[in-house]
Amino acid sequence: MACFIVPAVEAVAVTAAFVAAKKHEQKITAPAHERGEIGEKDVKITWSKRLSWLMALLWGGVLLLAFEHFWHGEVVPFPPFLTAMASPEDTAEMLHEMATVGVSMAVTVTAFWGVMCAIAQAKVKKIKASVAKEN
Amino acid sequence: MTLLITIIAAIIASVCWYSNEKRDEYKLGVLSLIYWGASLMWFIDFVFEYAELKTEYFSQSFSDILNDSLLGVTVVAIGLAAWLVYLFIKDPKGVFNRKLLKK
Repeated sequence: MACFIVPAVEAVAVTAAFVAAKKHEQKITAPAHERGEIGEKDVKITWSKRLSWLMALLWGGVLLLAFEHFWHGEVVPFPPFLTAMASPEDTAEMLHEMATVGVSMAVTVTAFWGVMCAIAQAKVKKIKASVAKEN
Repeated sequence: MTLLITIIAAIIASVCWYSNEKRDEYKLGVLSLIYWGASLMWFIDFVFEYAELKTEYFSQSFSDILNDSLLGVTVVAIGLAAWLVYLFIKDPKGVFNRKLLKK
């Protein structure tokens, strides 16, 4: 009915966090970049990079699911935009679906992203160890 | 069928990302994440529907399967279109910059 709204809200929050992280990282790394102090041993996955993965997962899923809801006539291009808003019974059912299916979707995508980050972090650790061994 | 088609698209996009040296230039990671995000969300939808309908979920009519397949193909096309828009906005190869500077 409108389960994609929960991941959409998360996507908005993650986008805001991504913008903040990017600004913060630029402020920190810009002087080091100017001095040419960033080398191979400084390889790391920044928070903006990690958040960009979560953003792609969430926005991609939300876009395609929103189209699926449009296909099934659950989303319409005129107010109230969600056909489930037409009656109180349908609205209650929609809110229940958002609380169950929607929240599960958001949690699953975030957990998948967490595993992705953990694997990437382990890979970086391995690369750093091999670089340190070579030096 | 929509879930199945999206998972296949996600696997193909991931293989393209892994095997292509120009993965960053073409932003192939974003394409695969778009499909994986949608696949995960539809998988959750499937779990909830299966919990409600049990084996009845798999005994769909031919018209339902056809409709779902058509939706799956359309969704893959929309994913590709979204990726293309992202690629043109980011323009990692600077194609648009060069074109504009020429004029």
